[in-house]
Amino acid sequence: MTRTLRLDGVDRSFGDRQVLKNVSFEVAAGRMTGFVGANGAGKTTTMRIILGVLAPDAGEVTWGGATLTRQDRRRFGYMPEERGLYPKMTTREQVTYLGRLHGLDSPAARRATDALLERVGLGERGDDLLETLSLGNQQRAQIAAALVHDPEVLVLDEPFSGLDPLAVDTVVAVLRERAAAGVPVLFSSHQLDVVERLCDDLVIINDGVIRAAGSRQQLRDSYTSPRFELVVATDAGWVRDQPGVTLVELDGARAVFDLPVGADEQPLLHAALARGPVRAFRPVSPSLTEIFREVTQ
Amino acid sequence: MNVTQATRLVAEREIRVKLRDRTFLFGTLFFLVIAAAGTILPPLLSGGPKSVAVTQDAAGPLRAAGLDVRVVADDRAAEQAVRDGDVDAAVVSGPAVLAMDEAPDEVVRALSTAPPVRLLDPDAVDPVVAFLVPFVFAFVFFITSQTFGLQIAQSVTEEKQTRIVEILVAAVPVRALLAGKVIAGGILALGQIVLIGLVAVVGMRIGDSGDLLTLLAPAIGWFVPFFLLGFVLLAAMWAAAGALVNRQEDIAGVSTPVQLAVMLPFFAVIFLNDNATAMRVLSYLPFSSPTAMPLRLFTGDAAGWEPIVSLAILLAAAGAFLAAGARVYEGSLLRTNGRTSLRAAWRERESIG
Repeated sequence: MTRTLRLDGVDRSFGDRQVLKNVSFEVAAGRMTGFVGANGAGKTTTMRIILGVLAPDAGEVTWGGATLTRQDRRRFGYMPEERGLYPKMTTREQVTYLGRLHGLDSPAARRATDALLERVGLGERGDDLLETLSLGNQQRAQIAAALVHDPEVLVLDEPFSGLDPLAVDTVVAVLRERAAAGVPVLFSSHQLDVVERLCDDLVIINDGVIRAAGSRQQLRDSYTSPRFELVVATDAGWVRDQPGVTLVELDGARAVFDLPVGADEQPLLHAALARGPVRAFRPVSPSLTEIFREVTQ
Repeated sequence: MNVTQATRLVAEREIRVKLRDRTFLFGTLFFLVIAAAGTILPPLLSGGPKSVAVTQDAAGPLRAAGLDVRVVADDRAAEQAVRDGDVDAAVVSGPAVLAMDEAPDEVVRALSTAPPVRLLDPDAVDPVVAFLVPFVFAFVFFITSQTFGLQIAQSVTEEKQTRIVEILVAAVPVRALLAGKVIAGGILALGQIVLIGLVAVVGMRIGDSGDLLTLLAPAIGWFVPFFLLGFVLLAAMWAAAGALVNRQEDIAGVSTPVQLAVMLPFFAVIFLNDNATAMRVLSYLPFSSPTAMPLRLFTGDAAGWEPIVSLAILLAAAGAFLAAGARVYEGSLLRTNGRTSLRAAWRERESIG
């Protein structure tokens, strides 16, 4: 199954405050799509609208070209930003219950729960009351709750916040499995380094407006000017005065600088060689943080 | 999966969780013990024939009255038996009746001749029973709707407080959540009452007050449908109240109107139960009819058609409150920033259902 989830011109206001303005983007099948934006940018509202927990004022969400129905959404997996399961139920019991609410029959729900708890490392704690688990383990339970019905689409709001590095690896592995099986995965995060490591595609939202959307490489290419790192044997301060150079960072013998789009970098290398030995000269891919800064400014 | 199936799943979970809740189990056990004690003990405590010590000559009439007669040698032995607590009373020559601190009516009656009494307007119901039964009906409805209603509110708030409600709302219609909770509450409440009722019936049989049971049967039969509809009416209010707040601690604040809707009719029925006009009015008002109408049936004041009309009014009211409660519930369930005003909840339904 390879279906795409699309948002088309979605608007939403709370009172007088418009929090989403003409939001459109795609989550492609089999791709991990990172959804980033500052706090209050509209990530959670967007996700709630995808899940039907909130209604859009205008625009629509489609799945494989057709408007989403409640039956479609029941096959979605959702992890809300604010976590919560029943404190007085065991993990196994409530994951099974949520599986059944999502349409699994009783034996199927039980099988899926057992397998999933094992997978996220809660096999032995499955029969403990949720409130007795550590926060990290509650988070694992929450992941299991979102995945129990083998969803066709995954929407995860900050799935990695509150996880220790080991748990992050487990969850990443599980999500990658799902994506590899053709499931579109949309996840938000404010930890840009995690998103950078994980996502295939990226959607950047700021103040309710989608600022950039596309594959990670595409964004890198289009949203930053070419950047280079130069390491020489002596002081690199002279780079500052070369034509077209915008110095980003200077640290003794090391300089990081931007050139205008389309400019040739070779003359600068020659100039460096003319001054002495060159230890390194390489293009630098901008980090997600830098792209993020640029598009949200 | 349709709304019905979702409702059933929700109700099943509510019941399963409740049946494991210690507070609930001990509460039920407590009521059962009260019911058993209340029906078995009084006849036992007052029960058993009085024992009386007497010399051979006077034994005849006492035996005939069904008393436990102990024949003693003489008056001194009889008096000693009373003093030692071996018997309740003694009859000595005179004749005179001896007892420690309370005149033994049964013994006195056995020795005297009473003129025959003919009652022209016999009261079918013992006055004590006539006082107790309204109290019991009103009390059962009061306690049960209060306990289980509060539990519905708590369950609604718990889902809001833990935010699991977002996952639930994404998976099933909001109406199924509400219906599941109300149904589960109704089943548990009725189940508890039936259990207590059974214990009381068995207790009455053991305690030998079977006559009262025959008298009560029709009132109890009507009490069940009245109870269920009355419960739905209040449950809808409780659920809406629970949905307005985010924390368990805040339920008390928003539920005051609901509490009053339970408490005022309770006291009205208790205090006005010998005022025929007041009771007639109360037996038609939706909040008091669940207790007032079965009572009027018990005392024989109501005509056959009256409970049907009253039940229809209650049904309409329950339907209206359920619809209003559902709207408030839907409008406030996903507002997790502080307390939602009733007006805001009424105006805006958040989810697309």
